[in-house]
Formats: sequence, C-alpha cells, structure tokens
Amino acid sequence: MHIYLPIAEVSVNAFLLLGLGGLVGILSGMFGVGGGFILTPLLFFIGIPPAVAVATQANQIVASSFSGVLAHLARRTVDLKMGFILLIGGLAGAGIGVQVFNILKAKGQVDLLVQLCYVIFLGIIGLLMFIESWNAIRRAKAGAPPPKRTKRGWAQTMPFKARFRTSGLYISVIPPILVGFLVGFLSAIMGVGGGFIMVPAMIYMLGMPTKVVIGTSLFQIIFVTAFSTILHAVTNQTVDLMLAVLLLVGGVIGAQFGTQIGTRMKAEQLRILLALMVIVVCGKLALDLLLMPSELYSIASAGGN
Amino acid sequence: MIRFLSFLFLLALPAAAEEIVADMSQTRVSITANFDGSEILIFGAVSRQAAAPEGELGVIITVEGPSEPITVRKKNKAYGIWINTEALEVDSAPAFYAVATSGPMDQILSGTEDLRYKVSIEKAIRAVGVAGSVEDVAGFLDALIRVRTNNDLYQLREGGVRVSENTLFDTSFKLPSNLVEGDYRTRIFLTRDGAVVDNFETSIAVSKVGLEKFLYGLAHEQPLIYALLSLVIAIAAGWMASAFFRYIRS
Repeated sequence: MHIYLPIAEVSVNAFLLLGLGGLVGILSGMFGVGGGFILTPLLFFIGIPPAVAVATQANQIVASSFSGVLAHLARRTVDLKMGFILLIGGLAGAGIGVQVFNILKAKGQVDLLVQLCYVIFLGIIGLLMFIESWNAIRRAKAGAPPPKRTKRGWAQTMPFKARFRTSGLYISVIPPILVGFLVGFLSAIMGVGGGFIMVPAMIYMLGMPTKVVIGTSLFQIIFVTAFSTILHAVTNQTVDLMLAVLLLVGGVIGAQFGTQIGTRMKAEQLRILLALMVIVVCGKLALDLLLMPSELYSIASAGGN
Repeated sequence: MIRFLSFLFLLALPAAAEEIVADMSQTRVSITANFDGSEILIFGAVSRQAAAPEGELGVIITVEGPSEPITVRKKNKAYGIWINTEALEVDSAPAFYAVATSGPMDQILSGTEDLRYKVSIEKAIRAVGVAGSVEDVAGFLDALIRVRTNNDLYQLREGGVRVSENTLFDTSFKLPSNLVEGDYRTRIFLTRDGAVVDNFETSIAVSKVGLEKFLYGLAHEQPLIYALLSLVIAIAAGWMASAFFRYIRS
C-alpha cells in the first residue's frame, strides 16, 4: 500500500516504513541509542529528501525513546538525577552546536563534514567498544574476576560531589556535565540524538553500569530530539507528520520488544553487538566516500541544501 | 479608431488552414493520502476548412510541471575521497516534463521552431548565463536530464502519439507518484514539415486534498503548533505502546 507524504512530496510503501520504524525501535530499546544514525541513511535510500529525513527521524526518536524509557522506568533502570545533569550540559552543547553548524553551512561542504564526523566517531567508538567487550567476554570465559576500574579516580577528586543512587556512584557533577555538553554539541552538528556517543561515554568515562546507562541515555535523548524537532519544524518546515506517524507506530512497538531482548542479554554481549552495528554503519559510510559513486551528479533545489 | 482598424486587420487574416480541437480525460489531479501516480489521456482532432495541405503531419504533446531554480552538483575525487566539488546553478527547470510525439522529434519539428516554442526537454530547461561557473556546462545539463529521466520526472516518448486517418490523435501520460503541486501546462503542437501550424494550450491542476492539504498548510502557516502536535503524537504513541505491552504482560 503506497502512501503520499505531504511534506516530502513522494509516495512510498507504508509497510516498508512501518518495518523500518520497527527495526530501529528494537535497536533503540536494546541499546539505548535513538537509531538516527541508521534510520537517516535508510530514509535517504528509499528516496526521502535528506532535509525531511533528518528532521522527521528526530520526531520518531522522541516516540521510540519515550516508549523505551517507560519500560526502563518500570524496571528502575533510569538514573533520573544523572539524566538531568547530563541534560543541562547537553542542551548547552546543542545550542552552541547549532550555531557552529550554521556557520559551516554558510561556508558550504556541510554534508561532507557530517559524513566525516560520522565515519570518525562511529569508527573510534565502535572499535574501542568492540575491543573492550571482546576482552570482557574472554575474561568471563576464562573465569577470571573482572579488573577493578581505575579510571574513576579523576571523577572523584573534583568538587561538587553527588551521590547517584541508581548508578551506585559517588562522583563530581562536573564530568557528567562535560560529557553531556560534548554529546549535545556533536549531536547538533550530526543531526542525531547522540545515543551512540552517550552510551559508551557513560560506561567508560563515568563508570556507570550498562543496565542503567541505556534507560538514562534514552531519557536525555527524548529532550534533545524534541528540541531539534521543534527547531526543524519552525525554521525549515521539514518535519513530515505522515512519515513520522508511520515510523513511530513501528518504532514504539519495536522499542518494547527491544527492551525485552536487552534485559535477557548479558551486558558484554549487548555492548559487543552495539559495537558491531556501529562498525558496520561506519564501514558503509566510509565506502561511500572512498568508492566511485555510480552517479556523480546530484540535484538539489537551490533554496535548500 | 485604431482598435477598429486592428479589428478589421484581424478579420482580414485568413483562418488557419488546420486547427487543433482537443480534450483530456481529467483537468484536475488530486493528491490524496494513497496517491500512487495518475494516468492522463489526451485526445483530439485536426479540424480543416479545406482539403489537407501537403507536407508531413506531426503532433507533439507536452506536459510541464512548475519550474524552480535548482543546483546540480558533481562529485570529484579529492584527498582520496569523493566529494562535491563543482556546482551549476540552473535558472529554472521544470519539476516534471513529458513530451510525446507522433514521430522522430528531429523530423517533425525544426530546430528554430523548437527554440521558439521550447518543446524539447533540453529547451524547457532555462540555463542562460550559467557558462563560466563550471567548465563542462553541457555535461551538467545532460546529467540533470539523465537523473530526472531515471526518476520518471522527465519523459520523452517519440512515437507515443497515435495519429489515425491524418486527423485523430491521442496519447496518455503517466504522472509519477513523486509529483509536486501546481498547474501543469499542457501544450499540443501541430506541425507540417517541421513548422508549427497551430498550437493549443490548457493546464492540469495538481493539488493536495484532504489530510495532505491540511498537514501541508499547518506545517507552513502554524509551524510551532505543527511541531508541538508532532511531539504530542510521538509522546502519546510511546506511552500507548508502553501501556499496551504492560497490560499484555500482566
């Protein structure tokens, strides 16, 4: 069944969109990522104009993240206090990120910058996570006790310490604000919720337990993506409600299943799967840059980008 | 007085030897939620006061969507990766352009007539004053036509108009599903030995209706309300899915 999207002005198969939304929803619930870094390229591929795809997937991520957060709240795996502190840094970072984005856009080549950002960050994060979780799985098989984290020292020497009961941490609030700021900044430039940066940052930089990380990441993604949905809708009129509804119906259902799958898996397995997925997307984007495209030319309306 | 004289002058002109009488299956295309392209039948006849004159008869029918300025970009290899390096600004190119003819284009329409009436796809694209921004302007324009032809947005069907008894003609156009709104100018040209004898012009109104129209209007006139509506729907959907699954599990 085909459906005409009023803002994108193309007609696409409704079941395809439901399926795509569902797939991304499962990933969202499992790993605590918004899924924007996978959904956006997929939407380009089925012929949605890039500006509409970027803006609309932000709205769909609000829905799947909200659905996922409710499931995590029921399991008490959301550190609300940490979430709010990350959010303070995140919104500040996003605000500055949008300014930087506009400056770069005026100079042209912003597409290339976004692509390079994707390849570099996805590559680094995916590889680091893969190595770490691979080692963790090998240790678990060998029966050796996991090594004590040594990185926590720097977060404890700073002032403004606070107790994060859900995460079982007693650390300074400065590192979470800095992490939030960095993620907010990058997500504004790359046009994603930032879950794939936030999740590893919380695990490796803040030392939070993986189970809590996912719910907390989803919690702050809701606000960041809601903010960018409003921004896109008001400034560019590129949010396609019809497209969003189809994606999010699939997305919210997928997110529930994803949460179920996630709670049944071991933390190391979850991390290694996310790492593999990030590496695959990174590889695909890198190939796009390296291989000669089949069509060298592209057409854009002069007003948009 | 001048008006009267010019009126007399008009009367004195001989009536065209051949005229087009034409109609089409529909003059409105409504884009509904399940719009999946549309087919339009255009048909007509050549009306003559006298016997048919000499020369090869040709019928050309064009359908042209709204035009807008566009940018054509070309990727080149730089620093080991493929990036957009060259761009050509085209003054105006139709979002949709279809040409159907009764025979090979170069046989039934001369170059000068094509230039005057802008019939072929190449002529429908207005790209004056673009030379200089890139070296290979022709390559960019070819690419524009190639990309849009692959998306069914530009169509050239030589021999797509059926002419019977040298009088009746008909053809059909497939409007693709990725159509934009606007008035689609429809022209019919009657040619003899490559020269245009008569032309006929009408238009097809393509517009969104119902929910499509409402959403598009709201997004452009009340963007903040539209944004909040999107968020409310997103949050409500997230909450409902969560509540539903909790209900199933309990």
